[in-house]
Amino acid sequence: MKHIAIGILGAASLGFMASAASAGTLDTVKQKGFLQCGVSTGLAGFSAPDDKGDWKGIDADFCRAVAAAVFGDASKVKFTPLSAKERFTALQSGEIDLLSRNTTWTSNRDSALGLDFVGVTYYDGQGFMINAKKLPGVNSALQLSGAAVCVQSGTTTELNLADYFKKNKMEYNPVVFEKLEEVNAAYDAGRCDAYTTDQSGLYGIRLTLSSPADHVVLPEIISKEPLGPAVRQGDDQWAHIARWTYFALLNAEEAGITQANVEEMKTSTDPNIQRLLGTEPDGKYGADLGLSNDWVVNIVKAVGNYGEMFERNVGSGSPLKIARGINALWTKGGLQYGPPIR
Amino acid sequence: MASQEILREEPSRGSFINDPRIRSLFFQTLVVILLFSSIWWIVHNVIENLQRLHIASGFGFLKSRAGFDISDTPIAYTSDSTYFRALVVGLLNTIIIAVAGIVLATVVGFLIGIGRLSQNWLIRKICTIYVEVFRNIPPLLVIFFWYSGVLAVLPPPRESIHLPLGSFLNQRGFYLPRAVWGDGSWLIGVAFLLAIAMAWFVAHRARQRQRATGQQFPVFWTSVALIIGLPVLAFLLSGMPLTFDFPKQSTFNLTGGFWIKPEFLSLLLALSFYTAAFIAEIVRAGIRGVSKGQTEAAAALGLRSGPILRLVVIPQAMRIVIPPLTSQYLNLTKNSSLAIAIGYPDLTATAGTVLNQTGQAVEGVFIMMIAYLVLSLVTSFVMNIVNARMALVER
Repeated sequence: MKHIAIGILGAASLGFMASAASAGTLDTVKQKGFLQCGVSTGLAGFSAPDDKGDWKGIDADFCRAVAAAVFGDASKVKFTPLSAKERFTALQSGEIDLLSRNTTWTSNRDSALGLDFVGVTYYDGQGFMINAKKLPGVNSALQLSGAAVCVQSGTTTELNLADYFKKNKMEYNPVVFEKLEEVNAAYDAGRCDAYTTDQSGLYGIRLTLSSPADHVVLPEIISKEPLGPAVRQGDDQWAHIARWTYFALLNAEEAGITQANVEEMKTSTDPNIQRLLGTEPDGKYGADLGLSNDWVVNIVKAVGNYGEMFERNVGSGSPLKIARGINALWTKGGLQYGPPIR
Repeated sequence: MASQEILREEPSRGSFINDPRIRSLFFQTLVVILLFSSIWWIVHNVIENLQRLHIASGFGFLKSRAGFDISDTPIAYTSDSTYFRALVVGLLNTIIIAVAGIVLATVVGFLIGIGRLSQNWLIRKICTIYVEVFRNIPPLLVIFFWYSGVLAVLPPPRESIHLPLGSFLNQRGFYLPRAVWGDGSWLIGVAFLLAIAMAWFVAHRARQRQRATGQQFPVFWTSVALIIGLPVLAFLLSGMPLTFDFPKQSTFNLTGGFWIKPEFLSLLLALSFYTAAFIAEIVRAGIRGVSKGQTEAAAALGLRSGPILRLVVIPQAMRIVIPPLTSQYLNLTKNSSLAIAIGYPDLTATAGTVLNQTGQAVEGVFIMMIAYLVLSLVTSFVMNIVNARMALVER
């Protein structure tokens, strides 16, 4: 229901929005005093509330990083949990300022939906999970012909699933829900044989099932899922802030700046680090973006560098224990590459 | 009406500002102008803002490939079909659930409603409890009750509950044997239609005869014999061309047979049980609304209790029942959009997916609104015809 409400709200707000050019998102956010960030309704490792109600995960931390860059205070962020269906309308209609919700970057979404993707904060791929106890002998997605497959509606996952079964000439029975929790509950109750979503998501979801040890993630990866934050199209300044926040996180990791050592790094004489931390005399890289010059210091103090964010939320420091893999820095054989700040 | 005639005869006097006709004309024109200019303003603004935000607009997307699959497809549909076809599939699913729900809700509602007027204390109380329980619970909870509370706790496919006649029940749904009609089965259909025509003819002649001679003819039992007997005869004559496709266990699920999915089943049960509580009250009110004098007068004429109910009470009760019944049918149709909570692919669910995959929220919501509006108007239209036929013919 809620997505319809947002749809109507979106349509209505498009109708009543004053046609004159509105103020930039940065000014609006500063005036409000907080960043309104769209996250998932609860995906472990990416954005999920913990037992105290604090949002945890890479996506939630990215919201904090942007808030830290804008305000110098990572707590000035409010989270809006959104289903897959609601997310784009919420961003289009201005209900949120930033969408950081494990969203796949595709050409259509970038060009026709009025969105701008900022970067790829997590390189993912779609996989399948089954209950190995109930289905012994199934160890490949190619054995799933005839299975009932649980999937969330309004996702690229839903489309890849159709493509994959068609390509391999297999039959399946889609069991489609709007909300992640509904899909999880249906899979856990045995309504479907397999669960498909991004592999990282499968590991996270497995932890929430009643007996995680019974479930295995099948080896096949059937699609490219570059997940990243998005902003509204047409506000270049705001897009730059979000994009360079992400690059700053990568550059901090590359330069060895961590949450723990950021203060002492400020005294570094390495010009590269000086530029990054805004300690270079006459440097105004932060000001050019519309931020303060110590914006990277604020970001790293708040959430650490990209590597710390990764390990804390989905890597070795989390119950998910996902290896860095292709999400390692380019210097370590991965795909994460931050253009220089200079 | 007398009061209107008085108003019409009254001549308008004084300055034209005080002329009620000119005044009402002025205000009506003003309202129309305001309405249309605000609609124009909203439409204009939407288009302008969509362009400014670089969001694609227009209905061209309907011809593109949908790319997603739908679990219940009354018409042929694959992921290669268009978005338009996906929406049609959703609309058909909504119509199917609405029609099935209306039929079931009406049957249950009438039974419960009559049960509340029963002489039997136990039946009366059970029906009262039913009404009070289902009327006071939001329909979404009733849907969840059936879906998560009843159907989801059934055993998995490999431990299906075997029911008589080769049907199975498990958490994936209800599996029935599917009838496969062989050669020559068209004869049965023809016999069935012929039987209906003959039953109508018999009823017509019986009415004529009763009017002419006063003699009655057992129309009901003759019709039953015709409608059951003729197709059975045709079935035997054509060499029993009927086999059954029984559901069988395969790797994951049961295959073959006729499969009713738990989403459909729980939605149907929830919507019809919920709406039946309201229909029961309407029926009770309708029967109570027929004054006791009618029954007594009919009894004084020597009619027995069966004909009294059939010829005197029910025709008058129906006149009270039908208008509010229409509202309940409309409510049921619109409540079917709650299907989204349990993943039944009705119009709201498929249009929502289309909306999301294309990102065209304005068009998506517009299509949904038009579709529900048309469905509701068609339902009211049909019910208005029924109502007109039931209405008191004044002579």
